Amino acid sequence: MYLTSRSVSDPELLSQKRGKVPPMVYALGTVSLLTDISAEMITAFLPIYLLYTLQLGYVQFGLLDGLYNGATALLRLVGGYVADKLRRPKLVALAGYGTSALAKLAFPLAGASGLGIGGVLAVDRAGKGLRTAPRDALISLSTPPNRLGRAFGVHRSMDTVGALFGPLVTFWILRDLGSGSSPVFMVSFLFAVLGLIVLITFVREPAERAPAKGKPAVSIRACLNLLKDRRIRRMTLAATVLGLVTLSDAFVFVILQKSTGVPFDYLPLLPLGTALVFLSAAVPIGWVADRFGRWPVFFAGHVLLLGVYLVLLAGGGGAPMLVVALLLHGLFYAATDGVLMAYAGPLVPEELRASGLAVVQTGQAVARLLSSVIFGVLLTVLTMRSAMWIVFLAFLLALVGAATLVGRKVTV
Amino acid sequence: MKNWLQSHRIAVGIAAMVLVVAGGGVYVVATAASIDKNSGPATAAVSGDLLFVDLKDGQDQVEKVRMDTPGGPRSNTSLRCQRVYAAAGTTVCLRLAGPGPTYEAAVLDASGNELRAIGLAGIPTRARVSASGKVVSWTTFVSGDSYSVPGGFSTRTGILDLRTGQVVDTLEGFTATVGGERFTTSDRNFWGVTVATDDRTFYATMASQNRTWLMKGDLVTRTLQDVRQTAECPSLSPDGTKVAYKKRTSRLGPWELAVLDLHSDKEVTLSGTIGIDDQAAWLDENRLAYGKSSQAGQNSAIFSVSADGSSPPVLMIPDAASPVPLHQ
Repeated sequence: MYLTSRSVSDPELLSQKRGKVPPMVYALGTVSLLTDISAEMITAFLPIYLLYTLQLGYVQFGLLDGLYNGATALLRLVGGYVADKLRRPKLVALAGYGTSALAKLAFPLAGASGLGIGGVLAVDRAGKGLRTAPRDALISLSTPPNRLGRAFGVHRSMDTVGALFGPLVTFWILRDLGSGSSPVFMVSFLFAVLGLIVLITFVREPAERAPAKGKPAVSIRACLNLLKDRRIRRMTLAATVLGLVTLSDAFVFVILQKSTGVPFDYLPLLPLGTALVFLSAAVPIGWVADRFGRWPVFFAGHVLLLGVYLVLLAGGGGAPMLVVALLLHGLFYAATDGVLMAYAGPLVPEELRASGLAVVQTGQAVARLLSSVIFGVLLTVLTMRSAMWIVFLAFLLALVGAATLVGRKVTV
Repeated sequence: MKNWLQSHRIAVGIAAMVLVVAGGGVYVVATAASIDKNSGPATAAVSGDLLFVDLKDGQDQVEKVRMDTPGGPRSNTSLRCQRVYAAAGTTVCLRLAGPGPTYEAAVLDASGNELRAIGLAGIPTRARVSASGKVVSWTTFVSGDSYSVPGGFSTRTGILDLRTGQVVDTLEGFTATVGGERFTTSDRNFWGVTVATDDRTFYATMASQNRTWLMKGDLVTRTLQDVRQTAECPSLSPDGTKVAYKKRTSRLGPWELAVLDLHSDKEVTLSGTIGIDDQAAWLDENRLAYGKSSQAGQNSAIFSVSADGSSPPVLMIPDAASPVPLHQ
């Protein structure tokens, strides 16, 4: 039994075979893993740093928090467009990863100035915004279309492993080296540098593609024209509409702890539950998506999220209910995060791949940001239960809307 | 050169990674070695001592000094805490507990045995023990998944009653009334509890929609009612007639310390305390101690000030936080 995909020339047959995920995807996964350790170390440390080392108060902290969340959306578009324009997605991704790495060193320099810290955070997030679309384009350009679901599954799974390790590293440092800030920033920077080295060493730009005849050059107009494609437009709209009714993780976890009535100190553990399910299910679900269609899996993932909302609404149930909800929440991520990119990839022409993916991601990201702002407002004027009911009903509407927008006939 | 680099790309990359890992290892080991293995054995604290968290070397060591000679010799205790308080032999130490990082409220008896360890969600900011040593409270900041929520940030306040062993996770379950009307908004945060000598009445801060109230609560009926607006982190005087708190000088301005006479409802702001961010502690009936950093980014220092505002603050201990006067 020695069947490599290379020996099979018939594309019909090829699509039946499992085939391998290309090494480049593992290389990019490793880059993300190391970068996420670096980033999540800081996420875990930042509140402690601001409150204890810098003595920044409650209000300033809230302001900062809002500031760096808005910073990325537009830069995703820029990153995607520049990557296509230069035809160098790796270079643009490198610039993004490099920016974030340098930001880790800039934290101590910013000192206790709220504006300074906000600026560094914005630069850090800008790096993330820049790199996301070119990186996903690299994955989708280096993987045969029939394995995209699995390839993104592998990448997201490795990425999540890094996210789990980051806070762990921060804890070790706080325990063994004390709560001073330099070791955390330094070690975080070193992890980011390791990620950069892996990117430079093991990831190659995709083979130079001769601009196909009759196709327009990469321009802003060409990118805008992407939205004239019915399938791309409808997919982007559907993802945006669903993003609008997707509660941010923080809200889900806080409400989950309250509604299931588990002890309060479970709260920091809840994200770990979701992440563990996500990282173990991303690859198998990616495979299912390759096999049975990516849009149906993406849609089904949102139905699972509806299940999470039901648990939040029902209330009670204690620890078993909590486990059910986290399982559904993790599966929701596994079925939607990479799968959407796997679905979107082949719809976008190669020369506009990064821009196309950026458009979809931006729609989703902006919608999610809006959704948490709106939900925050709902919570200030309504009880939690009423707010949840509104979200639940809006979610049902969004599901119907998404199903109408992307009918079965156009699924890949 | 360029060709050589290209053909040896992987070898160069691996060599670079080995260098980074080795450099990181050396850095971590050197940092660990440079930690001041703090002088002196741990000894028990006695009445008249002032406990505080030493901020100089980032080890959060709880140290002590005689209250009347704060510049005098210091000695260690066996505790490392982010925030500490003690009264009548009961100590609460809010400290690092596990990955996350997560924290716990460790409650210790007079001989240092751990009575309870309660897991906390969030980062510790306030801790108190009632004068009898029976009611322990704490406040944490919970920042959730801070990369995905704009301003998603709240506080939690828990109370442990050692007489019954009962823990109240959060005051959000208490019935609150403001201006005589039931307060129903779900967006509300509590912080900074101080419990009276009856071990039942308490004061705390409630915040909602950018406003704060000084609330008076009852641990038995689980109710809270407003006392006045714009007052945070209350601290009852030992005789229970006055309450000290921090209040904002303007809507988003810095805080300063103020003392309210609960009988006459007369408020005195203490000049020279602008910039305080602490729950003050009463050294005696007439003097308060609090932590304040002279400028953001600087370590906090502990100051004392007379509670009637008759004299300006005096520096007690530099590079220190969480003052704990031990009485009786």
